[in-house]
Amino acid sequence: MSANTAVVERYRNSFLKEVEANVEEGQWVKMCMQCGVCSGSCPLGPAWDHPPQEIFMMIRAGKRDEVLTSSSMWMCTSCYNCIVRCPRELPITHIMHGLANYAHRLGIAPKNQPTRKFAKLFWDNLSKKGRVNELKLGIALYFMNGLVSGIKTALKMAPLGINMVKTKRMSPMEYFGGHGIKDTKGLHAILKKAREIEAAKMQKF
Amino acid sequence: MAEIVATNQTILVVGGGISGMTAALEAAECGKQVILVEKNPTVGGRVSQLYRYFPKLCHPTCGMEINLKRLRANKNVRLMTMTEVTGVSGDAGNYSVSLKINPRFVNENCTTCGACGEAVDVQFDDEHNYGLGQRKGAYLPHAMAYPQRYVIDPRIIGTADADKAKSACPVNAIDLNMKGESAKLTVGAIIWATGWRPFDANKIQPYGYDRIANVITSVEFERLADPHGPTGGKILRPSDNKEAKNIAFIQCAGSRDRNYLKHCSRICCMASLKQSTYVREKFGDEGKASIYYIDIRAIDRIDDFHQMVKNDPNVTFVKSKVARIDEDKSTGNPVLHGVNTEGYQRYANPHDLVVLAVGMEPSVPVGDFPIKVTVNEHGFIEQDESNGAIFAAGCSSDALDVNRAVQSATASALRAIQVVNRAAGMEG
Repeated sequence: MSANTAVVERYRNSFLKEVEANVEEGQWVKMCMQCGVCSGSCPLGPAWDHPPQEIFMMIRAGKRDEVLTSSSMWMCTSCYNCIVRCPRELPITHIMHGLANYAHRLGIAPKNQPTRKFAKLFWDNLSKKGRVNELKLGIALYFMNGLVSGIKTALKMAPLGINMVKTKRMSPMEYFGGHGIKDTKGLHAILKKAREIEAAKMQKF
Repeated sequence: MAEIVATNQTILVVGGGISGMTAALEAAECGKQVILVEKNPTVGGRVSQLYRYFPKLCHPTCGMEINLKRLRANKNVRLMTMTEVTGVSGDAGNYSVSLKINPRFVNENCTTCGACGEAVDVQFDDEHNYGLGQRKGAYLPHAMAYPQRYVIDPRIIGTADADKAKSACPVNAIDLNMKGESAKLTVGAIIWATGWRPFDANKIQPYGYDRIANVITSVEFERLADPHGPTGGKILRPSDNKEAKNIAFIQCAGSRDRNYLKHCSRICCMASLKQSTYVREKFGDEGKASIYYIDIRAIDRIDDFHQMVKNDPNVTFVKSKVARIDEDKSTGNPVLHGVNTEGYQRYANPHDLVVLAVGMEPSVPVGDFPIKVTVNEHGFIEQDESNGAIFAAGCSSDALDVNRAVQSATASALRAIQVVNRAAGMEG
């Protein structure tokens, strides 16, 4: 690629089309009329780098890297305030999750974003046996921010855990294997197939 | 009551606002027989509740005066106030219409001396001022009311106040035994000019119209600015009657929103631009207006007006749909929250008063028409062959400003004239 085409490449404006094709609910982005009511309604709005309506404008302006590497859409807590107030009924919450998922799939989502870390832990836990292993998930969360803070949290929570074992709300045996669905192989086959179908649908831009 | 003469060459106009009056007069001045029915005690409709028109900023009373003069001068129009259409059947050229005529309890002897109004004690919310003030149980709807004749509110009938009014009348104009009547007419064509109503601002929950005293609607603001209004033309805010010098206007309050009204109501941008000039008129350099908008739709030639307001340093434009309003309890000031999309700044702006530029919706809800008519998805009547000789004029056909409503009324008069001409055998 010559220096010239590299520059052109940077300014090509196919990002909106890419979002429409590859992001869940992405086809709605062009419907935004930039009124700003979503950004104003977001309870976490001040904490975002780019509130939703700014993200929609950035998508249309072709700012691919800024959008996909941003931590903004990972900040969404699914309160649905924006969906309720959007005058054009854009499913903003779902678009935020769609963008986050797409960035993750491309491997350019911010690595240490806590929501992303949690989502990954949860999904790995769930998809292994078809059921959430709460004990393993809980312990994994304790150690999400490193060994020291993990041990501290574990010690702090120990009395609660012991009480839960005593009242049979939790079994320590879950840590070794744990329960699952009958046909884990079948589940893994389904997930593999789903991934193949999704990958085949992904369009190149 | 004199007999109503109507034939299949008569045009019925339903609604006596600016559109209905125009349609009736245009047809009558072409020599057609017209019956103009109006539900309220006076003609004039919502135009008579405005302080000024855009873009010339003249007073609607002026245009009203001309129309009333035409109405008085024309023998072809039969005006029936306090009359509602209860049923319509038939086809183009031959409609049968049922009317319900409500009693006014005041006959044509009335000289509007006002003695009955003084004698009566009980007061009701004043409809002419959108409930911002009170009026007596015997009243003249407003100074420009036509017919110039008092009305006795039916709620005082049978009370001591009714008798006080009757005994106070020096010309024996009050007839407390007046009864409601019904009538049946045959007409050739019907012009539907029932107009619009302001969108119910209570439905816009985040704006707190129902719970914050100093959040009002644009139609109420017109009344505050009008010298004949409840405050005598002073812009006083409802919570403490202090002068409101720093006023926010919120555009698209209910319009262009799939949760409320899908359509653009078309007049509200110009109405708020116009109302920003009221603030400057009343308070001079101390008056400040802020207009919160998605985009300003000052249609075609009246964009000059938009530019004029934009050049005013005391008028601020904020490109943002306000997310919510809450109230500063210590001052009573509404505080607007949102994001300015030009620069993405988050704001929390206090104002003395907030005016919601509410949208227009048709005053007759879909399904309430006495005969089947084709309406669009917003409830406005479509120009459609299946409507036979029922033609919409003004805001029952679309969200229109006064200028366009009058054009629409003239068009509908021409359509109705063609139908009654055919009925008379004057055309092929």
